[in-house]
Amino acid sequence: MIDPRPERARTAGATAVGTERVPLLQMHGIRKRFGDLQALDGVDLVVNEGEIHALVGENGAGKTTLMNVLYGLYRPDSGTIRYRGRDVRISGPRDAIALGIGMIHQHFMLVSPLTVAENVVLGDERGGPVLDDRAIEKRVRELEERFAIAVEPGARVEDIPLGLQQRVEILKVLYRGSDLLIFDEPTAVLTPQEVDELFAIVRTLRDEGKTLILITHKLREVMAVTDRVTVLRGGRNAGELVTKQTTPAAIARAMVGREMKQLKARTTPPRTEVILDVRGLEALSDRGSPALRGIDFEIRSGEILGIAGVGGNGQSELAQCLLGLRKVAAGTIRIGGIDISRDDPKRTRARGVAYVPEDRRIEGLVLAFTVADDFILGKQDRPPYAMNGVLDPAAILKAGGRLAVEYDVRPPNPRAIVANLSGGNQQKVVLGRELSERPKLIVVSQPTRGLDIAATEYVHERLLEQRGQGAAILLVSSELDEIRALSDRIAVMFEGRIVAVLDAASATEERLGLLMAGHTEAAA
Amino acid sequence: MTVDQLIGAGVLAATLRLATPILLAALGGVVSERAGVVNIALEGCMLVGAFFGVVAADQSHSVVVALVAAMAVGAGLAAIHAVAAIHLRSDQIVSGMALNILALGLTSYLDYQFYGTTGTPSDLAGVPDIEIAPLAAVLFIGDVIAHQNAIVWAGLALVVLIQVFLFRTVPGLRLRAVGEHPRAAETVGIAVRQTRYWAVIASGMLAALGGAYLSLSVAHSFTDGMTGGRGFIGLAAMIFGRWTPVGALVASLIFGYGTALSFSLQGASIGDVRVPVQLLSTLPYVLTILAVAGFVGRSRPPAADGIPYETEGHA
Repeated sequence: MIDPRPERARTAGATAVGTERVPLLQMHGIRKRFGDLQALDGVDLVVNEGEIHALVGENGAGKTTLMNVLYGLYRPDSGTIRYRGRDVRISGPRDAIALGIGMIHQHFMLVSPLTVAENVVLGDERGGPVLDDRAIEKRVRELEERFAIAVEPGARVEDIPLGLQQRVEILKVLYRGSDLLIFDEPTAVLTPQEVDELFAIVRTLRDEGKTLILITHKLREVMAVTDRVTVLRGGRNAGELVTKQTTPAAIARAMVGREMKQLKARTTPPRTEVILDVRGLEALSDRGSPALRGIDFEIRSGEILGIAGVGGNGQSELAQCLLGLRKVAAGTIRIGGIDISRDDPKRTRARGVAYVPEDRRIEGLVLAFTVADDFILGKQDRPPYAMNGVLDPAAILKAGGRLAVEYDVRPPNPRAIVANLSGGNQQKVVLGRELSERPKLIVVSQPTRGLDIAATEYVHERLLEQRGQGAAILLVSSELDEIRALSDRIAVMFEGRIVAVLDAASATEERLGLLMAGHTEAAA
Repeated sequence: MTVDQLIGAGVLAATLRLATPILLAALGGVVSERAGVVNIALEGCMLVGAFFGVVAADQSHSVVVALVAAMAVGAGLAAIHAVAAIHLRSDQIVSGMALNILALGLTSYLDYQFYGTTGTPSDLAGVPDIEIAPLAAVLFIGDVIAHQNAIVWAGLALVVLIQVFLFRTVPGLRLRAVGEHPRAAETVGIAVRQTRYWAVIASGMLAALGGAYLSLSVAHSFTDGMTGGRGFIGLAAMIFGRWTPVGALVASLIFGYGTALSFSLQGASIGDVRVPVQLLSTLPYVLTILAVAGFVGRSRPPAADGIPYETEGHA
């Protein structure tokens, strides 16, 4: 996208950085507690007018909580907020909107059966109690033109892709005349090309005189688009940096509080034995439409095949088919030569298939169970955990204690209730159950979603360890960095098909991005 | 069996009469569930509407007072459900069912206290029929609609009013947003809980009007449990009608027709075979099961229907 703004406007934003003017926003000593968790422990944030400010930190560092305080969704326990030099009290989104603060939420706040235009004006419809579709669509078109953000005002939100939905969110905020725009993890659901388009929009907005706060944990994005950075760690400030004068490594150090480990390179090449062989696999989605339209691939022993793709292109359905959780409409799934496509999950698992599901809290664990009970889930009917249909609690507890230590669950207490563990420790319980019996094939879906950097490193190491021991691994992830770091080969899914399989070495982000967006020719 | 027994003016007029209480309950369901609250207490709201309508009519000898009283009590019962469902975030089915049982017990007890074994007075002020003189002479149509009760017409008017309200006005848009994605609604400054309170209370008033219709327009008396599950059938009509007022009307008419048929075909036979009226009278219930089981096409409830809204906490 070409920057339509004059030079003056563009430099205005840049010079605002570091000047003595009164900052647009000063948050000071913000505290917020949820139950036992001190989510924010005296956080400061200063944002200057006309800058793009990155708010970075690991999951749980308090970024989103801080922004929810600013937007009036949470009331802080203590602390002050100054906006344009004046003390303000923000006790609800209405107050924030009135001040000129707008938020583009990570999970879009759009009402899907309503139209784009209805969503943009919702809550601030103007012009009497009668809903005038034509008038509101016209107003949305004017906004589109003014900020060079194209949407279809008359389309229903549920019918448009995520990248466009995000633009609707942005228009919603602009419609309310916001000067300060908060973007919460805006790139999480976008393809790399959509990310570029978003950043073009972000820069345009800055040049229009808007101030932007970008919540993210992706350092590349911080370097690419922001002017200044505030780092949070464990609910406290961990650094304030000027983007131009810092490095990704320095920011990462501030985020984690230590140097990051380098992933051990994959030393051994995959072996020759084919573990998983999938041919012509077809399946329907929950809604009854085709989700998989003829999938062919194989994975060898000691190989990780990454599945890249924008969410909803059949990845989840593929994983479910492999586990026997979804009915296979056509095709075969062979493990070591035996077709398992008609088997139920129990028989599939008996063939040596393990599953680390997308949502550990729903599919992976019974949250109300103890660590030990969750460890033996699926094995509860065989020795040593059960004899003649009666559970042996002592044996279960013993195994649970051993696995808790082996998989570094903290605290290593087999009696702890899983619901009370952190996300990283919950995932370790899943890994302990799934990986401890030497699986042949491991189907892994979004294994590090919502985990902090340390837990992510742990999961990656464990997966590479399994690879080293000869397991075949199917890795579905929306994190391209993760896919590229771990995979031997990368398959890209688009609309229920594998549109390309690339060697990890030749899979640049750009090529993957084009393939994920369905541009097969351009990526060739 | 004659054509008249199947689609005669008498059957169609009865269809309208029988559809009305179901329709009013269904409209209540539409308003409440579009805002995201499941209100199965509609049955109970109907029942208290029926009873307190009679009591007020007996005391005041005024139809208007009777209807206002009925709707006020219905609103009160619904308000209890609203507090439980919205403020206390309790299970909406459990709360609704508890209120239904409360309504049944309360009306039965008070009925006995007030009227003993003699039954409700016979000189109750009833809701009048509306005579449309110019239509009365028109063949067929006149027989169907020229002598319908005022509440039948009110029900039809409410279909139009609520349809327009929900889909053509700003408050309606906001109400739908609250039922689909309350958090999105809150982030643009819409008062989610307040919207839900009003929707649930309005649903109770609509159902109570349906109950008052049964006691003050049809039976001119109150008997224990006289609503006979019409509140639940109303909810089925709401689902059948895909959570729209017009759809609810169509569904209610189908249910009403089923019942009307079972009356008109009493003793009728096809050739030598008697029409099994008992079986036919199950038609509304069979349709209800089909509707609830989702056999009537893809019918999607509002996304946040029945889910309590948490304002603050771990999002």
